[in-house]
Amino acid sequence: MTFLRVTLFSLVVLLAYTLFANILPQVQSNPPAEEEIEPASLDRAGQIAWGERLFEGKGACTLCHKNLGRAPDLLGMDLGEELRSRIADPAYRGAAEGLEEAEAFEVYLRESMLDPSAYVVPGFGKKGTRDRESPMPRADAPPVSLTPAEIDALIAFLQDRAGVEVTVPLPAAETEVAAAEPVTGTAEEGPATTAEEVIDRYACAACHDLLGSGAEVGPPLAGIGTRLDREALRRAILDPDAEIPPGYEPGLMPTDFGEQMRASELELLLDYLAGLEAGEAKP
Amino acid sequence: MRWRPLLLALGTVALTVALPDLGLGAEDTGGPAPTPTAADYPRIAGVTGRPVVWALAQMHLFLAAFVLAVPMFVVAIELTGVLTGDDRYDRMAHEFMKISMAAYAFTALTGGALALALFVFYPVLMGYLLRVFDGQVLIYALLFILESFFLYLYYYTWNALRYGDRKWIHLSIGVLLNAVGTTLMFVANSWATFMMAPSGVDEVGTPLGSVWAAMQGPLWNPLNLHRFLANIAYGGAIVGAYAAYRFLATDRPEERAHYDWMGYTANFIAILGFLPLPFAGYWLMAEIYAYSQQMGITAMGGVLAWLFIIQAVLIGSILLAANYYLWCGLMRTEGGRRFVPWVKYIAVVLVAGFLVWVTPRTLILTPQEVLAMGGTGHPLLGPLGIMPAKNTAVNLMLLATFLSFQLFRRASRTPTVPWAWIGNCVIAALYLVAAINIVAAGIYGYITPTVYKVGASVPQVVSTLSVIVFVLLIEAFMYRGAVARPIAWGRMSSRSQYALFVLPVAFTWLMALMGYIRSSIRTYWHVYTIMKDRSPDAYIPTIGEVGNYITVITLVFMAVIVFIFWLSQIGETRQAAPAAETGR
Repeated sequence: MTFLRVTLFSLVVLLAYTLFANILPQVQSNPPAEEEIEPASLDRAGQIAWGERLFEGKGACTLCHKNLGRAPDLLGMDLGEELRSRIADPAYRGAAEGLEEAEAFEVYLRESMLDPSAYVVPGFGKKGTRDRESPMPRADAPPVSLTPAEIDALIAFLQDRAGVEVTVPLPAAETEVAAAEPVTGTAEEGPATTAEEVIDRYACAACHDLLGSGAEVGPPLAGIGTRLDREALRRAILDPDAEIPPGYEPGLMPTDFGEQMRASELELLLDYLAGLEAGEAKP
Repeated sequence: MRWRPLLLALGTVALTVALPDLGLGAEDTGGPAPTPTAADYPRIAGVTGRPVVWALAQMHLFLAAFVLAVPMFVVAIELTGVLTGDDRYDRMAHEFMKISMAAYAFTALTGGALALALFVFYPVLMGYLLRVFDGQVLIYALLFILESFFLYLYYYTWNALRYGDRKWIHLSIGVLLNAVGTTLMFVANSWATFMMAPSGVDEVGTPLGSVWAAMQGPLWNPLNLHRFLANIAYGGAIVGAYAAYRFLATDRPEERAHYDWMGYTANFIAILGFLPLPFAGYWLMAEIYAYSQQMGITAMGGVLAWLFIIQAVLIGSILLAANYYLWCGLMRTEGGRRFVPWVKYIAVVLVAGFLVWVTPRTLILTPQEVLAMGGTGHPLLGPLGIMPAKNTAVNLMLLATFLSFQLFRRASRTPTVPWAWIGNCVIAALYLVAAINIVAAGIYGYITPTVYKVGASVPQVVSTLSVIVFVLLIEAFMYRGAVARPIAWGRMSSRSQYALFVLPVAFTWLMALMGYIRSSIRTYWHVYTIMKDRSPDAYIPTIGEVGNYITVITLVFMAVIVFIFWLSQIGETRQAAPAAETGR
């Protein structure tokens, strides 16, 4: 009997704790979503919107930068006025000094993300460092690990909030940041140096009978150099649906080679195609 | 002569900690930390790794905490028995060890199962950790063997080494047992703290060749201290429940007296370990903030912040139960009755502190309520939801609990020194100044930036600890030659014993909760900033899901503990011989 009473009592205590845990706010926190972004497709508005999503999401900025006194409340303050006063602060010795306003904001914001201790807002330094060391982690290092394009987008968002012209460049086609997830340790691929490399890199032989592939999805290119001049070949690559040979469907060939290929690669490919004679689809 | 065991113990600790670097240090560091893919996390019968590893790790930690803690206070009780010449201490210490022995096999069993589960479900992570800690695993295995050796030696030589010089040999074995056990725990802790705040590796996780550097992360010592104290409190709470059950299950006055005394001692041990625990917690959290403010805020102000409200409920119920038990204990002596009027004031402080502690920063409201109130924080109660208010509340609660202890101690003794009244005035002044300082530091915490808020708790902690230390010192002198009043052990209500069941249930739940928080502040990293968790379990579940899972684990643990208690009891029984049964 004692055993039952004690067991029942313990269970009631245990269930009370469990019940309490179940009546509190129920939120599941997932790892940052790997947002698929095509930087080349972003216009200025898209870049600013991307920056806002990064501010609240992957960048984890709102963990501190809100109205709880952990770090300056960037969205709750007059950001333009605040940035002006910081750059004008005699204690500020950063790279934004003496620059024109919008550019100074860009430099200051980038500096604060990549070297947070370059200037610490009074009262927000690490304890015991007299505001010489910031508790903020570098935005481009783990655990945040923002890419250069993401840092640009954040700066664009904050410049827009500050009411100045956005001076960061739009993401270029060459910028390899398709995903929000950073790719560390891999250098950006350099331009192809031979026509074969170009054909291989852009998978031309997957559809055309090139380099002996025997593919028949696209028109045969043997002797193409004798049928089309160099400019017609250029148009056929950059705007493939403008003229479709009989028996072939439009919309099959990618229309963005103009954005994907470097100019030198396009010229290499044109040289190769222009030199192809009848019956020759191999180098 | 008596220092030799201590020196030997310290030497053992130093040698074992240094061994990985002396002869087993990693020469081939093997490059950066690997980047696992989703395919590197096997499922078995549709089950992913986290629920299995979580349950096994928690069970192992519960049992390990218990079996490491019990020998600590057992040696202290055994020594008290030697110094006082009171044989009751020795019998009680032996009984505590008997319970611990039954738990040891379960500890090893869950430890083995945990290791297996880790290697099966997280092979890439474990491969990397083995690369970082290299020869340390051999040291761990050696320590486990030594722990088993000293544990069995200590327990089974209890009666053979009972008196005279032999007793000192037995105590020395006990000291060695604790030295090995504590080192074992410290070594295991280093893996956990490496995953939270990696050291001894470069920024991409390449080991720099020193296991000692990998162990010495910024969080290692704070966690060591925290677990050391928590284990003592936990062990005391578990054996307190054992004593309470035995007290309730018997009608024999001498047994009730024995188990009442045992329950009181266990409660004393639990609270003794518990009182400094919040301060160790502050240190750990301060180091976490210093290492990464982002990590600290994730715990205290981010997605895990609501779990600290549950922590407040758990600790509040522990303090209320422990105090209630002490107040009931005042009735064991005639001298205790004079302190009964004090109880209501102590209760007011405890309840008020408890209410402040459970007050959240923001409230759960409907959109209409948010609009009506102008935000999710209540204009009057909202300020009680931040750390300065909670630090103030918990320190005042700890002071009140210590006062309850002090009253119980005074109930059975009357000082005879002529300066007793001066001593009482000094003690009263200490309480008053400490309370003022705690409240003032709390107010300062409101007007200082976040990074200084944790620091503002330091004077509060110092105030509370000063009261405990100085009051104990003053009373040690004041009660020399005091007139002792008889304590009627066994004169306790049955209701009071239920307080001793609240302690282990709340402690068990609390340990699981805090362990979960400590582990979850890494968010989606196996090794923070170095190795991402890309398993399907790399998310922080809802509080309800966490609570339900902790309850299931606690229930399983309670079933195991009941079985262990039964085992230790069944060992005392002897079946009557058949001849005696039939009367022939």
